[in-house]
Amino acid sequence: MPHDHHDHDNHLDPMEARTRALETILTRKGLVDPAAVDAIIETYAEKVGPRNGAQVVARAWDDADFADWLARDATAAIASLGFSGRQGEHMQAVFNTDRVHNLVVCTLCSCYPWPVLGLPPVWYKSPAYRSRAVMEPRAVLRDFGLELPEGVTVRVWDSTAELRYLVIPQRPAGTEGMSRDALADLVTRESMIGTGLARVPA
Amino acid sequence: MNGPQDLGGMMGFGPVLPEADEPVFHADWEARALGLTLCVGALGRWSLDTSRHARESLPPAVYLSASYFEIWLRALEALLLRHGLITPQELAEGTAPAAPPHPKRLPPERVAPAMAAGTPYDRPITTPARFRPGDKVRARVMHPRGHTRLPRYVRGAVGVIEADRGGFVLPDASAEGREDVAERLYTVVFDGRALWGPDAEPGTQVSVDAWESYLEPA
Repeated sequence: MPHDHHDHDNHLDPMEARTRALETILTRKGLVDPAAVDAIIETYAEKVGPRNGAQVVARAWDDADFADWLARDATAAIASLGFSGRQGEHMQAVFNTDRVHNLVVCTLCSCYPWPVLGLPPVWYKSPAYRSRAVMEPRAVLRDFGLELPEGVTVRVWDSTAELRYLVIPQRPAGTEGMSRDALADLVTRESMIGTGLARVPA
Repeated sequence: MNGPQDLGGMMGFGPVLPEADEPVFHADWEARALGLTLCVGALGRWSLDTSRHARESLPPAVYLSASYFEIWLRALEALLLRHGLITPQELAEGTAPAAPPHPKRLPPERVAPAMAAGTPYDRPITTPARFRPGDKVRARVMHPRGHTRLPRYVRGAVGVIEADRGGFVLPDASAEGREDVAERLYTVVFDGRALWGPDAEPGTQVSVDAWESYLEPA
């Protein structure tokens, strides 16, 4: 299919050349410093990623006051852990319960909470996810191997403005007394988008 | 615009294919395309909404067959040409005459602070709210030629105001260079059946964040 990520390899060589040419032009014209490009890549390849969001979730599981703050003012609560900035300027945390499962999508582009989750995976940006998440979310969850019980409401958040949503998955059973670091290890990227649940400890 | 970006409810794209242990970038050029887009954005010549509009203005067949970073790079080229920052000849030749650094060129030491600061889009607003939480509203039937963030799949449908988010930059104006226009933003929740009729999955609720002018009382 033309849209899935396996196909991208076919574009690799022409796109490599095209991107390199544009960088050459912009560098020679004084519009871009390649070292700044390097710094941006390093930021999102190595520093900012879903480990940040996992820390937010683990803290919310372990600290009721923090969870309250997160529910009232997610931007400030998340910033208190050191995560803020581009594509996370206006955060809302949405909490899964026994009755409501939250799922986040951006049907119109690829809006995603960068400071807590990093850059979005290819599937999140794909036409398959963006077209189907709002119409048949349960079928989409089955693509991820997740079957929700009947009676659970699936609440889909289409990120059409500058609010960015972070799903707070339910804390798994059997995690009483675990450290925050150990709890964070159970929090997957998918569980913070809503296409998965937090892992159950082995 | 009713472009290829407005995907909610389209069919035929197949299953979602998550990739195990997916890397952040699948090729070096994807990383460079991201970095170039953000560096050029820092010059301040256009808004994020202008960039989004450039991406959705790609021909639908191109948009739907390109990877996301290819969409970004093609839109970046288009914006650079439109704003006269590069010329068609330079793009064709892949090089340009050397010039001194632009005064707003992003230096590497400014990257971390700029990313950490972000660009807030909320704005003070003094006009009274037209809608309150709990109000029934209809998403307007409208088909603007320019940029908008009201997806087609909600237009004409009735939902309920869940939250008043206060004033936010209006993307329809911002995409055209008018970044000083703000409007009140609401989160509106629709029952799945209001959007998809009998084809809705039971127990589905979908929300969008909609500016006041996107909505009318129902």
